[in-house]
Amino acid sequence: MNTEWFIVLSALLFATGAMGILIRRSPMVILLCLELMLNAGNLALVAFSRMVGNGQGQVFAVIVMVVAACEVVVGLGLIVAIFRRRIPLNVDDLRELRG
Amino acid sequence: MEEVLFFVSALGALGGALGVIAMRNPFYSVLALIVHLFSLASLFLLLTSAFVAAAQVVVYAGAVMVLYVFVVAYVGGGGESAWEPIPFQRLLAPLLGIALFVELSVAVLSSSLLALGTDGPDVRAGFGDPAAIGRLLLEKFLLPFEAASILLLIAAVGAIVLASNRRDGERDTPDEPSPNREEGVSLSP
Repeated sequence: MNTEWFIVLSALLFATGAMGILIRRSPMVILLCLELMLNAGNLALVAFSRMVGNGQGQVFAVIVMVVAACEVVVGLGLIVAIFRRRIPLNVDDLRELRG
Repeated sequence: MEEVLFFVSALGALGGALGVIAMRNPFYSVLALIVHLFSLASLFLLLTSAFVAAAQVVVYAGAVMVLYVFVVAYVGGGGESAWEPIPFQRLLAPLLGIALFVELSVAVLSSSLLALGTDGPDVRAGFGDPAAIGRLLLEKFLLPFEAASILLLIAAVGAIVLASNRRDGERDTPDEPSPNREEGVSLSP
């Protein structure tokens, strides 16, 4: 398969994730859409790594996975903390960073 | 054969992504994301990067998604309000998404990268297997590797601090679950 196909698919998945972030209100689903965008970036990194024939792009992809895992852990911790304080889980209600 | 596998995986990845943003219940969104991640892993296998595919399945579809499922089960679904602070947001967002896709595609495809239309060079047999990635991580990318491990440690500590009950004792009864919880999250072995 040509590298083009993978890159176009990656762009499509990235746009889907961005669209989800714009549409959805629940912080949990917004985190999931962030995962979609990070994975689209991973796909592009691995595709370019294959195109060049060099394994270094795959190391980038692994590091991106680590960063994504950290982001998920902190984000879900925030969601649990918000839920404990009985604030509605809706990004429109969470516009102000007041306690 | 390769084309068939690519299109099946691409359809799975795209369907999973659309499922994530279309499902009303966050639990189904998580399940759709698992489909998406498995499809992406098979795409990584097509690109001869076995280690990244395995890490994708084990780390993402295994560990991270289990974390999501636990939090969704704890927090619960919860419907989204129909109130829109920005008018026409639900109409505007798909247009912006399509615009982003077209822009990214034009930017990549009209670039002067000649190798984009090829399959890439023939690689030797060990390309992308754990031995090659491990050698790269421990020789050339040692500093990013250590930085990633520190980042993971900080994230774990931060999650414990965020999710522990200690700070928000203003609304809960103060002497309810704190002693057990503080013991449960202590970091010392």
